[in-house]
Amino acid sequence: MNILVCISYVPDTAAKISTTPDGTALQMQGVKFILNPYDEFAIEEALLQREKHGGRVVVLTVGDSAATEILRTALAMGADAAAHVPATSLDSYGVAVQIADYARAMSADLVLLGRQSIDHDSFQMASTVSALLGMPSISVVSKLDIEGNRVYAERDIEGGKEILNAELPIVISVQKGINNPRYPKLPDIMKAKSKPIETVQPRMVDPRSEILRYDVPQQQRANKILGDSDADIAEFVRLLHEEAKVI
Amino acid sequence: MPTSLNLSGFFTKKPRLFEVERASLEAITAARGIASRVVALCIGSCDTRQLGMYGVDEIITVSHPLLDAYSSQAVAEALAQYLQTHDANAVFFGATAQGKELAPRVAVLLEAAYLPDCVSISLEGNRIEAIRPLYAGKIRATVTPMTARVVVSLRPNMFTARMADAATEPAVTSFTPQLDEQHRKVVVTSIQRNEGKLDVLEADIVVSGGRGMKGPEHFALIEELASVLGGAVGASRAVVDAGWRPHSEQVGQTGKTVSPNLYLACGISGAVQHLAGMSSSKVIAAINKDKDAPIFKVADYGIVGDVFDVIPKLIEQIKLLKQRMA
Repeated sequence: MNILVCISYVPDTAAKISTTPDGTALQMQGVKFILNPYDEFAIEEALLQREKHGGRVVVLTVGDSAATEILRTALAMGADAAAHVPATSLDSYGVAVQIADYARAMSADLVLLGRQSIDHDSFQMASTVSALLGMPSISVVSKLDIEGNRVYAERDIEGGKEILNAELPIVISVQKGINNPRYPKLPDIMKAKSKPIETVQPRMVDPRSEILRYDVPQQQRANKILGDSDADIAEFVRLLHEEAKVI
Repeated sequence: MPTSLNLSGFFTKKPRLFEVERASLEAITAARGIASRVVALCIGSCDTRQLGMYGVDEIITVSHPLLDAYSSQAVAEALAQYLQTHDANAVFFGATAQGKELAPRVAVLLEAAYLPDCVSISLEGNRIEAIRPLYAGKIRATVTPMTARVVVSLRPNMFTARMADAATEPAVTSFTPQLDEQHRKVVVTSIQRNEGKLDVLEADIVVSGGRGMKGPEHFALIEELASVLGGAVGASRAVVDAGWRPHSEQVGQTGKTVSPNLYLACGISGAVQHLAGMSSSKVIAAINKDKDAPIFKVADYGIVGDVFDVIPKLIEQIKLLKQRMA
């Protein structure tokens, strides 16, 4: 089975992110970047599927050259090959085009991604890539079984769970709970440092959306913090009922 | 002219319930605010009267034997086929689990921009501008399409579903797409409902417990508090990782993103990963014994105190309130 795993290099969740004074860009100096947390589950799932079905796992990232760091992490975990598309100015659609091109070129049977990247949080990549490829997709998958050409998956929806049947080739985004990602071992980390990373020139496409400006949300919260006396608890209930009108 | 836009709202019925999802009513209301005409696209039959009350001008019922079992691929194809032959400048979806799968797929088929999970929309000239949260809500971006058409998904509970001042009597037209098995390589074979349990994504009130609850047995307190409030039980990552609560209840970056009317955090310190999943709640309240806990910085109302002392008293007070209201 040819498996493509798409991973992204994102600011650490705890990173403080601010905007330039005019709001046209983000200030990223000094921000620590990490492998997108959901992508660890995607890499692990690819390795587990390869263990069952044989085949090859290729990891791909689209971004600046620093992003190759996470390709080495994936290689250390056990991926067979890594590819980097050096492009920084693409919108989400443009990134999806690069992924779809690569998946087509390698005749991928299974394309795996994390359910969202924690920078833009848009949950769109699996659907967008699969639509470009004319394939089915299943997003936010918490359980995946493949037998021959048949795919069985589960995913959470509001108030329950969907059980799905599908066929390869397919694009799947995965979520926490599907597996327990392995930690790369030190010798594998060392070996991964010297493995080749393929560079794939991006195909430039017109962006479909544009970010006009950024701002930091200034949500005004009432911030009425009380003690734990009976009178305070009664006041807390009164505020929720009369002021906030939510109970 | 701002009123020159035609807009379509898409909605799905809740499985087996003859009722339009609230996220779709919110999308219809939002579309009505900026559009001259709102068309509702519906898979199968729908409640015409209800959609009329929400001011829909026209209803398209899309039907085909291959749509009888839900397939995101087939539904997206069917919607796109309708939209390719009809004049609609913008297409709205509720950003539900299904909406988030469908909307980007329809956008690709229409070669349109996709603006995901928006919390606010407006019309500037004849272009839609939308605001969407990035970086776990730390940043808001104002985004706009660069294509003639646009697909937008709207974060649930950020737009209030409002009935129109005067109900409409929408015309109902049926549409039969051209579908074959190629369009249906994925299909939902069954749906397991969480019986008797309200989901954090659907509840108006979410009561969450964290490590401060000290053990899984103490979540009975959280369940009782949620029950008297008519809300759902949520949990922090720490207690899910510890195996105290199921992952389906987890709120936060690796769990669910919720925006209920009231989010009540009990014994949750408010790590940034947790805030990522609930900071767009309308009202945030917290109970924590540490007065410096970060959760109080984002809270509207807070009690500094021990959850084991405070919650039982709170339950009594709320019961009294409900008796007075009854």
